[in-house]
Amino acid sequence: MINLTTPLGDEVLDLRAGDRVTLSGTIYTARDEAHLRMMEEGIPFAPEGAVVYHCGPVVQEGRLVVAGPTTSARMNALTGFLIDAGVRALIGKGGMGPEVVEQLRGRAVYLALTGGCAALAAARMRLCGVYFEDLGMAEAVWVIEADHLPLTVGIDAHGGDLFRAVREKAKTQFHQRFNSKQDSVS
Amino acid sequence: MMVHPADSTLPGALADATERALAEAEIRLPRDVLAALERAAAVERDEIARSELATILENIALAEERQVPICQDTGVPVVYLTLPPDIPFTPSIFEGVREGVRRATARIPLRPNVVDPITRRNTGDNTGVGMPAVHVTPGDRLTVTVLPKGAGSENASRIGMLLPSQASGIPRFVAETMLIAGGRPCPPVILGVGIGGTFDTVAALAKEALLLPVDTMDDYEQEICDAVNALGIGPMGLGGDTTALSVKVKRADCHTASLPVAVNVQCWACRRATVEVRR
Repeated sequence: MINLTTPLGDEVLDLRAGDRVTLSGTIYTARDEAHLRMMEEGIPFAPEGAVVYHCGPVVQEGRLVVAGPTTSARMNALTGFLIDAGVRALIGKGGMGPEVVEQLRGRAVYLALTGGCAALAAARMRLCGVYFEDLGMAEAVWVIEADHLPLTVGIDAHGGDLFRAVREKAKTQFHQRFNSKQDSVS
Repeated sequence: MMVHPADSTLPGALADATERALAEAEIRLPRDVLAALERAAAVERDEIARSELATILENIALAEERQVPICQDTGVPVVYLTLPPDIPFTPSIFEGVREGVRRATARIPLRPNVVDPITRRNTGDNTGVGMPAVHVTPGDRLTVTVLPKGAGSENASRIGMLLPSQASGIPRFVAETMLIAGGRPCPPVILGVGIGGTFDTVAALAKEALLLPVDTMDDYEQEICDAVNALGIGPMGLGGDTTALSVKVKRADCHTASLPVAVNVQCWACRRATVEVRR
């Protein structure tokens, strides 16, 4: 098991898709609305070596109740500017598109956190602050201190993409099983 | 679960029951779903998949222990009511359910997820135009069933207006839905499949199928489930044997020229609970 601590640097370049890691330190949540706001107004935190977490937590009275990952693919077209600014890792679920795989190349990694595991994630997190609170609970940028968050390297900095490999195998399986024209519905 | 309402008026009793049902559903996974996950974890062969399933089981235990929601996407409220013959079907019934949703949002707490579809303005309390979605059917008892629905899996759902000659293509349509979805809907999933009816009722059937116990499948459901699992998408799209825990089918008769099919994708956190209101 590899233990990562923020701010991240070139150590992320050594990771390979499928590696199990833990991450400790400061992470910033961002979903669709926060990405759009940051593209317009700028990134409110120091992006060099930073980690962006695709998450809209449940927060009550300044306390993180639960905080699992959201579907990263919604941010496929909104991610390039973060990597250009020096963000070294994205955390989310479900993987990201080919354009993001290219943007990460030589610079950053995508780390998969088990979807739905919001109680487990929050047990390893502490809420430290917030930007863009007017966007609402789900869409604000929450500043979180993470302690050994368990993650899998989904996309590495060399084009290695666990999700794409699985998708391609699934496609082959699908066409082998449903090859008859009679069954074709789309 | 049964609840004797603190508030004896009908809307008050429904608000109590809705709040109780949401708390139960959000915090404690139904035992049939938990058992299906445990069975999957016991037979899964892929190493990463085994680790994902172990994390899921740990999370379920932790949510119950800490009395917090299983997932931060606490969903939008989908509610099914059964009304006995002596209860009048009036607007106050809907007001009671709405009040229960508001209270649950503040107390459990739930993430406010309900927004205007265009301006994206959040209503703040998980109610709004057409929210909660409430479905009413006649019954012997007054019951409130909730199915809070997260967006990751809802967004991967699909409707197809197939041709009458394409009945044998239904398993293909369902498997294709998961091929397109990949890891986005948080597999292992449960697939609610509606077959027949009309464009609108087939989607309702698919969602109602998610209320059925997942621990039994008929031969047709098993055939579809096997086809989905053969894709090897695995937990969270990271690969493995476990892509679907269960497939449940509900049917209605349809037009001789139509074959509507709907697939409502549900993540592993198939949260549902029923509360009976004792009067």
